[in-house]
Amino acid sequence: MTAKIFNANDILSGRVVYLGADGNWSERIADAAIVQSAEDEARLQAIADEAFSARRVVDVYAIDVAIEDGHTRPVIYRERIRAEGPSIRLDLGKQSANS
Amino acid sequence: MYRYDAIDQRLVDERAAQFREQVRRRMAGELSDLEFKPLRLMNGLYLQLHAYMLRIAVPYGTLSSKQLRALAAIGRKYDKDYGHFTTRQNLQFNWIKLEDAPDILDDLAAVEMHAIQTSGNCVRNVTADQYAGVAAGEIEDPRIYAEIIRQWSSLHPEFSFLPRKFKIAITATSPDRAAVKTHDIGLFMKRNDKGEIGFQVFAGGGQGRTPMMAQLVRDFVPKAELLAYIESVIRVYNLMGRRDNIHKARIKILVHALGIDKFRELVEADFAATRDSGSPMPAAEIARVAAYFMPPAYERIETPVRAFEAARFEDRDFARWVTHNVVAHKQPGYAIAVISLKPTGGIPGDATSDQMDRIADFADRYSIGELRVTHEQNLVLPNVKQADLHALWRELGKEGLATPNLGLITDIIACPGLDYCALANARSIPIAQRIQEKFADPDRQAMIGELKIKISGCINACGHHHVGHIGILGVDKQGEEFYQITLGGSADENATVGKILGKGFPAEQVPDAIEKLVDTYLGLRADGELFLDTYRRVGIEPFKERVYAAG
Repeated sequence: MTAKIFNANDILSGRVVYLGADGNWSERIADAAIVQSAEDEARLQAIADEAFSARRVVDVYAIDVAIEDGHTRPVIYRERIRAEGPSIRLDLGKQSANS
Repeated sequence: MYRYDAIDQRLVDERAAQFREQVRRRMAGELSDLEFKPLRLMNGLYLQLHAYMLRIAVPYGTLSSKQLRALAAIGRKYDKDYGHFTTRQNLQFNWIKLEDAPDILDDLAAVEMHAIQTSGNCVRNVTADQYAGVAAGEIEDPRIYAEIIRQWSSLHPEFSFLPRKFKIAITATSPDRAAVKTHDIGLFMKRNDKGEIGFQVFAGGGQGRTPMMAQLVRDFVPKAELLAYIESVIRVYNLMGRRDNIHKARIKILVHALGIDKFRELVEADFAATRDSGSPMPAAEIARVAAYFMPPAYERIETPVRAFEAARFEDRDFARWVTHNVVAHKQPGYAIAVISLKPTGGIPGDATSDQMDRIADFADRYSIGELRVTHEQNLVLPNVKQADLHALWRELGKEGLATPNLGLITDIIACPGLDYCALANARSIPIAQRIQEKFADPDRQAMIGELKIKISGCINACGHHHVGHIGILGVDKQGEEFYQITLGGSADENATVGKILGKGFPAEQVPDAIEKLVDTYLGLRADGELFLDTYRRVGIEPFKERVYAAG
């Protein structure tokens, strides 16, 4: 299957967060747990659903990713922009050193 | 300009306090997403790609310098030092934290502003001609009626849960600068045969996935009956508009389905039954509101203003800015100065907090403390003495705000697109930037003349692409950004939806395609023709042939 990760928005900050293998949410895509099997997906989906129900995150969904040179990169452009920041303001978002 | 009375202030203060409590409950985990979402949306708080976005209402685009400074301060304190002026004359902040939203609403309330009804299925911010009150040839200042509609529609008990959002625009001049016919209700002020001032009422306009121009419902509604008549229009829509399909829920779909004659019949029947019990608009109330929009104490200035004329003669760059960015004022010796927020390679509609502060300073120094936001995402200093224009222009230049391109090919409307918006399919801003760069030469822009390019990153059409002389729509084509071009759209009183040119283009080919369209126009134009004139004379075929020619 295509590799996937789970992402969402943090309720307080609204920032994009990624679900890690330890069940915690991180603003760093590098911390995201890579889903490689249906079992992984079901397990992480359950954790994500629990976080949504517990009102820690919103807009939870899985996205396709590719692993390039050891880096996790969303396949779809929209998700790359979420992961990095506005393409026209490289000083903003996760791509920014000040993020 | 209008100032809040005790009732306005109390309403906004109470609403901010109520929202603070709802945010507290959300942060404490007491409210689910489903429960909280309508509460935040009714206070203008969206969740976008990167963070929460707060949309702040700028009623009919009129701002005081004090309000602009407050917006600058909010950008600095709670966001990332900038804001984005929108096609509804509003301002958006893109990096808001939920916990800060209540404090921001308090800061807004302190300067008589809010974010109420900037989202949701209700009557949104009423928009108006950006030159209202100062335009030459105006029938009357339409902001008087925009303000009355604002007060009437704020938390209106009958119209707070419409089938879909509802937008009203008003103008009192020709040409129409407020895109009136693209609105759910469009109001043109006019005089009847007796010389009385009233309103021509259009309904059923809108862009989005089904663009339609508003149609005439009634040719003349007296001032006293305006609210009652609008109530009848919205009541028919509220009762009959579809609620089963979000894409078919706007009033335009109802008007189209019924036909304008049947729709009018229903409105008139409701109006006949309710006009005496509907919201009255007595002359005393009109006069009360009108008092806030009385012209300032203009100086009597002898014209021509020699210093201004001399500066135009001696300074070519200043003369160019005056040609494009300065508009005739109704008062001799004064001018309307437009500050372009479209520098080459910039982000259309964005202003930094520092720029907002400086523009507020300019408004105080040169424009009696007042500004306007245009739906084309620029700012206006409406009351500048001609004698001050040269000094103003020099100051604007130091801030990167003297781009002389109003109405030209680089004065592009662009929605936030996929760089910010959760609904977008493609980016808008980089397309605008690449086109600006291709046509950066100001002499070339001037030679091309008026040409309005409008870009949307999805079919919701926040970038008004349907009514661009050249419209650009971003679409998702199997995961890649693609752009469909339309030609011949127009947002003025002869509003027209543009026609699709042909198959779309990948992003990197769009600027070249635009250049071919421009070259085609330049090769075909007759004396005095603008792009739209030539297009209307020759049709779409010559443009299509050139753009899609082999090789």
